[in-house]
Amino acid sequence: MSAAREEVLGRIRQALSRDPAGEIDIARSYRRTAALHGAELVDRFAERAEAYKATVLRVDAAGLADALERLRGRFVVPDDLPEEWLPPEFIRDHRQLGHRDLDAVDGVVTGCALAIAETGTIVLDAGVGQGRRAITLLPDFHVCIVPVERIVASVPEAVAALRTSLPRPLTFMSGPSATSDIELNRVEGVHGPRRLEIIILGETPD
Amino acid sequence: MRVALFITCYNDTLFPQTGIATVRLLERLGHTVEFPENQTCCGQMHSNTGYGDEAIPLIRRFVKAFRDAEVVVSPSSSCVSNIRTAYLRSLVDTGDEALKRDVADLVPRVFELSQFLVEKLGVEDVGAYYPRRVTYHPTCNSLRALKVGEAPLKLLRAVRGLDLIELPDAQECCGFGGTFAVKNEDTSVAMLSDKMRTVLGTRAEICTALDSSCLMHIGGGLHRLRSGVRTVHLAEILASTEGDFIHGERR
Amino acid sequence: MASAAERHTFPELAKRAVADTQLRRNIGNATQTIRAKRAAVVAEVPDWEDLREAGRSLKEHTLRSLDRYLVQLEEAVTKAGGQVHWARDGAEASRIVIEIAERHSVKEVIKVKSITTEEIKLNEALEAAGIRPFETDLAELIIQLGDDVSSHILVPAIHRNRAEIRELFMRKLGLTELSDRPSDLTAAARTYLREKFLTVPMAVSGANFGICDTGTICVVESEGNGRMCLTLPQVLVSVMGVEKLVPTWEDMEVFLQLLPRSSTGERMNPYNSFWTGVMPGDGPQEFHLVLLDNRRTDVLADRTGRQTLNCIRCSACLNICPVYSRTGGHAYHSEYQGPIGAILTPQLHGMESAASLPYASSLCGACYEVCPVKINIPEVLVHLRTRAVAQSGFTLEKLAMGAAIRMFDNPRLLETAQKIARVAQRPFASDGYITGGIGPVRQWTKARDLPAVPSQSFRDWWRTRR
Repeated sequence: MSAAREEVLGRIRQALSRDPAGEIDIARSYRRTAALHGAELVDRFAERAEAYKATVLRVDAAGLADALERLRGRFVVPDDLPEEWLPPEFIRDHRQLGHRDLDAVDGVVTGCALAIAETGTIVLDAGVGQGRRAITLLPDFHVCIVPVERIVASVPEAVAALRTSLPRPLTFMSGPSATSDIELNRVEGVHGPRRLEIIILGETPD
Repeated sequence: MRVALFITCYNDTLFPQTGIATVRLLERLGHTVEFPENQTCCGQMHSNTGYGDEAIPLIRRFVKAFRDAEVVVSPSSSCVSNIRTAYLRSLVDTGDEALKRDVADLVPRVFELSQFLVEKLGVEDVGAYYPRRVTYHPTCNSLRALKVGEAPLKLLRAVRGLDLIELPDAQECCGFGGTFAVKNEDTSVAMLSDKMRTVLGTRAEICTALDSSCLMHIGGGLHRLRSGVRTVHLAEILASTEGDFIHGERR
Repeated sequence: MASAAERHTFPELAKRAVADTQLRRNIGNATQTIRAKRAAVVAEVPDWEDLREAGRSLKEHTLRSLDRYLVQLEEAVTKAGGQVHWARDGAEASRIVIEIAERHSVKEVIKVKSITTEEIKLNEALEAAGIRPFETDLAELIIQLGDDVSSHILVPAIHRNRAEIRELFMRKLGLTELSDRPSDLTAAARTYLREKFLTVPMAVSGANFGICDTGTICVVESEGNGRMCLTLPQVLVSVMGVEKLVPTWEDMEVFLQLLPRSSTGERMNPYNSFWTGVMPGDGPQEFHLVLLDNRRTDVLADRTGRQTLNCIRCSACLNICPVYSRTGGHAYHSEYQGPIGAILTPQLHGMESAASLPYASSLCGACYEVCPVKINIPEVLVHLRTRAVAQSGFTLEKLAMGAAIRMFDNPRLLETAQKIARVAQRPFASDGYITGGIGPVRQWTKARDLPAVPSQSFRDWWRTRR
């Protein structure tokens, strides 16, 4: 095993031996932030998430209760999901649920680490209110609550913020699972959840 | 200005009218045209087909022919692109530092005709007259290697009597590609058939471009089909004046 | 440059492909659709060119210090609870995967992101060892069920239409009723694979990126089959080419913008998974990373060819390519098709087995223009043509090219040749055009007329004028 390691590393050093000394500079002239703020930021996120065929609701604290009230069926939730985010009928996951149990529930409710406006993406980092990865994968319906203050404008802003989430696993989700493998026709809903509902929570800032 | 003409081997052999038109046009604009007779071929076919090392004598010949020129102008974007991009690359592994210096010194003075007119001289209206329905095909080398952009279109728009029709999917390659046209004849012709379809769809009488080679390909297909549509190099359109036509017919 | 070792040359395979009406329609529609999607989402990024330059420089920077970065990745993955293996070639990588499977007495594995494992023929090796691989990407499944071969890096079954897929699924999945709606076909695949996801204990994946400072691996996908493979089994093995590294987590800000927009033409692909070693209580509790050379170090040693290793497998070059969009992928006879395949295949599998591929391009340059990491594909194609010529023995072409140089290096000889051509063309010329001929002239005139050499060259005219 280590013979292979030494050989591959040796070949690489040999391959690079004729290169001039010094490192190649990395060109960083691209945007690190996007000029999106307040209502425009939230609107952009909602619009881009909808473009992926996610359902988007925008609610305040009172509206959240109504939105959750509508959820019919048994929903799995991470064990640390805040009380006021719970749907009517829920099962807390303390990692006791098997894959078949998760396959049998009607949906899952979670929070998220952050959301990206320009791409309509939500990111889960296995942190508070998000649970392990399997609970947002096997159920067919994912309801994700996105507090407005968690929305960032661009990919670079999201990546910067997620540094502290590592080494926990990260999952970027943009809409429900999808495929374009048949004649490039987009079909929403393949192996991951077939429906994604995003509930944007909080007063839209000015 | 003293302009040294690089005619290119295939214009010299197959399309002398393109070279004649280039001379007429430049002289009409008040320039002195010179033709160094020791010039032949830029070596493009060789270097593109994998014979770059073999083509080095042609680089040396080109430099010798044009070293003292004020500017070199050529009615061929692919040859100019070969000179600009392939010459120094071909010489990387040779120890001929003098030749590398000569090439580096000469390359900035080598221009494709339309770029020379519009970008170097700032001329758009060359006083041409050409009463035809024309569509313009931007060849890959003019579009992507030389990035001539709007230059040929600006020149065409200023030609009196000319009806310029936009070519759909213009940026698609016609399928010529030098030896590709014979090594991959089937794919080349498949590409050509789509190009001919868009050209014929414009109902233009003439398809023009900056490369006689691509035009030979498109024109060869159009002639095989007896489509009645011809290909004409931009230089010939720009060289034409009212005196060349009687009752709308070319003399 | 067809050589004896190349069993199927591009021109031969392309000849069949361009004559296949169904294939032309499938590939033509698909490439047009995805081109338009890409163009739209690239146009909305104001700093696209800056991102391309960042992507190129990041890749070149990493390759220049590849040994150091690989060691850094190895340390980080190991520290996070993963196990790192090194494979000099495909056979060694396959052995490593099989040994892991045998240690766990696994008889079935589920697979995602399979191009690299296709390159090393892992499925064949697994089957020979009595282990059954299940491809889980919808298109890969279509290929596997149909005993077919991928024709596109991103959309491997792009050459199949819905009617063909319906027929295949009914036959292979034992279905008696199935419509040809893509949504119904997709649902059939979901049902078939769900049971596998829930029960198969080991997954084999590829990897899009290996992040050196954190030891994080990234897989980018759409269907959720990736998440299934990366999350549900107890054992996960990822096979990754040694070139797929990025120095730091923050560098993903570049590639997460370049890759989705270039490949599927989306602002972001539906799912990106990132994992770092083993996470207790979440996902596989045993993780192996196989670092694969398989001639990549030879590519690295070639200063012009090296940029090929920048590739992030987006497939934008396939979709834009006027050759690919007419021949489809099978003409390239490789798991890597299109312009990138034409430069990658000869370098990874040896020029002797793919000498016609560097010529499968008109050098139009559209691939270079769309490449998110600025691989100058035409430059590498020409470079590989030079290598193909150097490696071939005596050919008539070499003889002719040598003669042409002697002619072009002597204006008198050129003039003599022009005169000879005027005479020699007579049997084939009429009304100023040649319509027959022999050799390359015949290849031209099969479908195109060729202007005859006129009686006066430009040179002749110039002299008469003076």
